[in-house]
Amino acid sequence: MVRILPQTKAAAVNPLKSSQPLGAALAFLGIDGAMPLFHGSQGCTSFALVLFVRHFKEAIPLQTTAMDEVATILGGADHLEEAILNLKTRTKPKLIGVCTTALTETRGEDFAGDIADIRQKRTEELAGTEVVLANTPDFEGAIEEGWAKAVTAIIGSITRPGEQARQSKKIAILPGWNLTVADIEHLRDMVESFGLEPVIVPDVSGSLDGTVPDRWVTTTYGGTSVEDIRELGTAVQCIVIGEHMRRPAELLHRLTGVPYAMFQSLAGLKTADRFVSMLSAISGAPVPAGVRRRRAQLQDALLDGHFHFGGKKIAIAAEPDQLYQLATFFVGMGSEIAAAVTTTNMSKILEKIPAESVQIGDLGDLEVLGAGADLLVTHSHGRQAAQHLGIPLMRVGFPIFDRLGSQHKLTVLYQGTRDLIFEVANIFQANRHAPTPEALDPFRHREMPDELRSSPFARH
Amino acid sequence: MSSLNAKIQDVFNEPACEKNRGKDDKARKKGCSKPLTPGAAAGGCAFDGAKIVLQPITDVAHLVHAPLACEGNSWDNRGTASSGPTLWRTSFTTDLTELDVMMGQGERKLFKAIREIKEAYAPPAIFVYSTCVTALIGDDIEAVCKRAAEKFGLPVVPINAPGFVGSKNLGNKLACEALLDHVIGTVEPDDAGPYDINILGEFNLSGEFWLVKPLFDRLGIRVRASIPGDARYLDVASAHRARATMIVCSTALINLARKMEQRWDIPFFEGSFYGITDTSEALRQISRLLVKKGADPEILGRTEALIAEEEAIAWKKLATYRPRLEGKRVLLNTGGVKSWSVVHALMEIGIEIVGTSVKKSTPEDKERIKKILKNENHMFETMAPRELYAMLSKHEADIMLSGGRTQFIALKAKVPWLDINQERHQPYAGYDGMVELVRQIDLAIHNPIWRQVREPPPWECQLATRDEPPSTNSETATVQSFKKFADTTADDFGEC
Repeated sequence: MVRILPQTKAAAVNPLKSSQPLGAALAFLGIDGAMPLFHGSQGCTSFALVLFVRHFKEAIPLQTTAMDEVATILGGADHLEEAILNLKTRTKPKLIGVCTTALTETRGEDFAGDIADIRQKRTEELAGTEVVLANTPDFEGAIEEGWAKAVTAIIGSITRPGEQARQSKKIAILPGWNLTVADIEHLRDMVESFGLEPVIVPDVSGSLDGTVPDRWVTTTYGGTSVEDIRELGTAVQCIVIGEHMRRPAELLHRLTGVPYAMFQSLAGLKTADRFVSMLSAISGAPVPAGVRRRRAQLQDALLDGHFHFGGKKIAIAAEPDQLYQLATFFVGMGSEIAAAVTTTNMSKILEKIPAESVQIGDLGDLEVLGAGADLLVTHSHGRQAAQHLGIPLMRVGFPIFDRLGSQHKLTVLYQGTRDLIFEVANIFQANRHAPTPEALDPFRHREMPDELRSSPFARH
Repeated sequence: MSSLNAKIQDVFNEPACEKNRGKDDKARKKGCSKPLTPGAAAGGCAFDGAKIVLQPITDVAHLVHAPLACEGNSWDNRGTASSGPTLWRTSFTTDLTELDVMMGQGERKLFKAIREIKEAYAPPAIFVYSTCVTALIGDDIEAVCKRAAEKFGLPVVPINAPGFVGSKNLGNKLACEALLDHVIGTVEPDDAGPYDINILGEFNLSGEFWLVKPLFDRLGIRVRASIPGDARYLDVASAHRARATMIVCSTALINLARKMEQRWDIPFFEGSFYGITDTSEALRQISRLLVKKGADPEILGRTEALIAEEEAIAWKKLATYRPRLEGKRVLLNTGGVKSWSVVHALMEIGIEIVGTSVKKSTPEDKERIKKILKNENHMFETMAPRELYAMLSKHEADIMLSGGRTQFIALKAKVPWLDINQERHQPYAGYDGMVELVRQIDLAIHNPIWRQVREPPPWECQLATRDEPPSTNSETATVQSFKKFADTTADDFGEC
């Protein structure tokens, strides 16, 4: 049984977390014609915006209610209203996604009430624009919670409630935040190859995939349409990827009766098999030849790749569901998890992490716990730890600002697992240590107990 | 909070600020930050500004007292370089949880955090930043810092610039006030000499100050403190013994320069290391100030000799780019004084300036720019993204020089773009930096990708030739699509 170790330090050293409102904004960015709005001081927005831009290398729509000292004392409802109206006239969004921040949540206002008032008072002006509220103070949660809260809020305020006539081909998919643009595109292709019609909420593959639209757009240009979200209740089945998406799936079920199936991860042969079997069962169609081919390729990658994984010590720092996805992948390849660090203790998935313990903490903890590992796995900020420890870094999650194309990296199903295997094996091959007489000398390490050192044989 | 308000009034009153001189008492009191429009604001907060000014001090531990976002979303994100210590790149935050906020445990957690940092890293000083939430819940960081300093025997400096008090620029100034109150003058150097200077507002982006420092070395001038680029705590603490100060990024740190003159009689001037003539002028002015303060006048001659030598080399290098860049049109979308001598050098090799923003420029700058531009109308305060996009996609410029925030306007319009703000990866200061800037412009404009990305796919060309001439086709489509998107401003004006 894995032990979950709480954070005991007062000073976080090199944070692992990005903030909860940032996660919520990311979800809103997967909706077509959307404009996320942070209810906080302008710095809250500016920092998140810069981080998004560094990661996606795209212009990112994100606005602020620009709370100042006076508004913070007197209450922010006026600023919220002014911001919503300004955004409506200037950018004509289909959806404004309000994400609260620590500043406004610390003061503590009735945001839902404020927004209801604004919508009622300004019905005419706001016609054609949904206003959705996610309560996302920075002092709890991280991206995962923010993303899930935003999706829950989107479904809660837009999806038409009540049992509806089901369309036998329509599948609702609620992906976790850690799925990349490439993952979403691949999921869609996979589902469509069974003759099914997926509605993916949110769908970052339409909005954050990096294209050159021949015009200047101030909102998102692509993603799930508000209309499709409204009609989610007509899906025959909902598929959920990541434990953190259980809440929105349950809400959808409660509202419309659409049943959901949970996939806590989509990496690895077994889970991919389960996913594909499910599509086949829903559609009644046989598994297409192309999918069988991908499976065979993964089998071969497992065979070719496993030499590089066996006995390797892996140190991972990631949000809970991504930690689970990666840890199970590595353990499934014969590696062991030497250190597992995550952002918050709120997720049930932590109990299933295949490691001795999971530390709630930061990249400072990763640097301490990961010393002696063969590979560090975390986002770009892990570069300092990797440099200090002299251990290669595999970049995953958010933010990745010092490598291009992270959103186009595939990490799910047969093909994504195959690519992951190759990526890791290539990192090991690029960092191969040539054998030396000193490293192999049978007498050299005698004074050190075996379990404290990484095997010299493992480092090739 | 009342003392913070007094501080803010004080920095708004800054008499050395050129813009302030033109205002009456009432206008001055209102301060220099324009009220923000909710839903249409851009740019950082006061905390951001304070951190920008102080974080490059390399051996200090910078501790942000806040819930996660203030530091977690923004750490290790700037390209300033250190020649030694790396502690400034390690991020420290109290990462307040809901429980901390509700139970009022902020101050205790902060104190404990200071202890942990002191024990694990033993830095020469710890800077503690207050933020919106910790100011709102009333954490008294000054008291905690004072107590911690006594208890742990090291300087613990409170930086009181919570985000919601105002703009980044105000935060810059509040950071300077913290240095004046708690750091500068607290250490007496044992090696003060007649050739010691301070450089204020130099951030050492991409290490660019190292393109300039050897020039000072050659003249026997010692940089006592460069604040903040590549600074050490002790350098800053003993900066009051310098004989002259050059201030590089004038709007941001002007209060620091003026108050150092007032308190310690260190004369200052505003200058720039961007562009050839400005670099020379900066060297000249520093030498003159040092002589005025008692240095041997022979330095003036040596300075002129060095300038003549270096300028000749730089102009010769630049001349080789003339055939490739003559007649190319540059759109400058960045603020103020710092770009102006660059403009001069660009024009010197035949580049045209087809537009520039003057948001942060002084009236004098504006006069100068008017003379440079062929068409006065191309001087703009701010430009909405869609207007910029329209201008660029009609290819009215061959390249845009700006900061990261507007880069996609150029790139999506398929126009070359060069980063001249804080995230850039090339050093542009000094004589060699100017040559590097021109080299980068050349590389950007002549990259072979532009011809590839601008051409439509062949199948569309075939269609177009059958239907109608392709040029009118694409142009009308572009123009129509702009009309759909209403104004917001491309608020992209560099640091400080």
